[in-house]
Amino acid sequence: MIVSRFLKRLEGPQTMGKGPVFWTAFAVVLAAALAYPLFADGYDVGNNIYFLNWTFMALGLSLIWGYGGSLSFGQTAFFGVAGYSYGILTINFGTAYGFGLVSVLVAIAIAALFAAILGYFLFFGRISGIFLGIVTLSVTLALERFMAQTAGPEWKVGAARLNGFNGMSGMPALTLPWFGGEIPLYPDIGLYYLVLGLLVVVYLGLRILVNSRFGNVLVALRENPQRAEMLGYDIRKYQLATFVIGAALAGLSGVLYTSWGQYITPSSMGITSAALPIIWVAVGGRSDLTATLIGTLVVLSVFQALTIYGSQYALVVMGLLLVGTVLLAPRGLIANAGLLLGSLFIRRNGSK
Amino acid sequence: MALLQTQNLNKHFGGLHVTADVSFSLEPGRIHCLIGPNGAGKSTFFRLLLGEHQPSSGTILFDGQDITRLKPFQRINCGMSVKFQVPGIFGALSARQNLQIALQHRLGPGDAEEEVERLLSFLQLEDVADQQAGNLSHGLKQWLEIGMAISLKPKLLLLDEPTAGMSPEETFMTGEIVRQLNAEGMTVLAVEHDMAFVRQVADRVSVLHFGRIFAEGTIDEIVADERVAAIYLGQNHD
Repeated sequence: MIVSRFLKRLEGPQTMGKGPVFWTAFAVVLAAALAYPLFADGYDVGNNIYFLNWTFMALGLSLIWGYGGSLSFGQTAFFGVAGYSYGILTINFGTAYGFGLVSVLVAIAIAALFAAILGYFLFFGRISGIFLGIVTLSVTLALERFMAQTAGPEWKVGAARLNGFNGMSGMPALTLPWFGGEIPLYPDIGLYYLVLGLLVVVYLGLRILVNSRFGNVLVALRENPQRAEMLGYDIRKYQLATFVIGAALAGLSGVLYTSWGQYITPSSMGITSAALPIIWVAVGGRSDLTATLIGTLVVLSVFQALTIYGSQYALVVMGLLLVGTVLLAPRGLIANAGLLLGSLFIRRNGSK
Repeated sequence: MALLQTQNLNKHFGGLHVTADVSFSLEPGRIHCLIGPNGAGKSTFFRLLLGEHQPSSGTILFDGQDITRLKPFQRINCGMSVKFQVPGIFGALSARQNLQIALQHRLGPGDAEEEVERLLSFLQLEDVADQQAGNLSHGLKQWLEIGMAISLKPKLLLLDEPTAGMSPEETFMTGEIVRQLNAEGMTVLAVEHDMAFVRQVADRVSVLHFGRIFAEGTIDEIVADERVAAIYLGQNHD
């Protein structure tokens, strides 16, 4: 009873994947992901956490852009703010007495607060469309420029040197408090399971959110903000809330990335980094969480493979991929494939 | 007491005096039509009522409350609702979901479900309920948006050229919808060009000209008024 009610809230008009076939596939993929470390080297597993780290930022962008209709280039700014915050906090205060976990939460909260302040001026100032993209990109690049000029020894917060272009390093790994001492999670199987667990929780949580009444208003204001407002909704609040949730998810990515590599640089907020999430999300299918998730993992893997075999061409290919998607499958490649699969399935079964 | 009242409402755009000292009063239970030649200031007057423009001076009272400084969504929550001239719908969503989103503001999930079905049948949209709203014909889009507007159970329904682009049959059907809503107690204020529609529904007609209320009365009085004929004819001969 409770399970079926929970499952019902996961489905709705705002997500493509539904029904027993989808959830069976979901269970199979999840089981494969859970079993993967049993058949792989711990070092490889640790390396591959890299891909999962980015998915939170991508899902946040899907929420802001794909569902809410606001194209934001600000995700990497919040990624960077949270990453640097985590570094500064843990380098200064360490991770003992559960402070490692507190640092994670505080770093995400700082990114969310930054987003709330920025978002307040954007949305209550009625900035939308292309101007929203321009302002958020400017903020991101300004942050990158600022961090890049912090090479001198005077740029430090307590014991943490900001270190300019070379970036901040040496912060402790993600550390969980436990009975009788902390558990530091280095890139290995333990961290893999933690990040995978977080991803499942965030993915299911977002599915519930977008299929709720809140999600209804969100897609309504994407489709026609004036009409949504003239149904009595204060759309500015919905836009702001979405922006902050998306930013917090970008912050989660930032913390996970920083603690995973024990390293963060200003270029993580540069123009290339700011453009990449747009590509992952657009290529997959921004207005569907599942398509975004699959698309992000696929594009990241392709990008990774390309940078190994022909680094200078990888970004060109990414650009071509974006242009191709926009021209040929504006809804996104994965989303279109999903629609195709869905219609084939329906046809074969005669009806829905 | 009037449901809607404007007192000496003025709106300037630079040197252009688009709404000039309009004192307008709308009795509850009426269907009131606002007509006037192009550029008479009908749309601006509507936007002032909705809060999309702020008046240069004057006040707007709705249901006994001064709403002059309220934001558009706050006015909607006071009991106004609007149907735009260009159908304002959520194109990528199904017709059904369009109505659900309009209804969830007022009703819980179960009641909304029931009300969606009632509205779909009232507006004869059952057959297209699960189609993407953006793919509906122009007339069906207009009715869908009327459905969204009345989902709020407004005290006052504002219609901005509800029959624009409709065939005579669709126009007549729209008139019947409006009359039925009025019979159920909804007050209606419509800007409309189509005189057949105005004749079909209006209890009272106001003529706007150069931003002023030029004449007001029943449709027969307005049609018989030679000054009104003159401003329409005058415009045609410009």
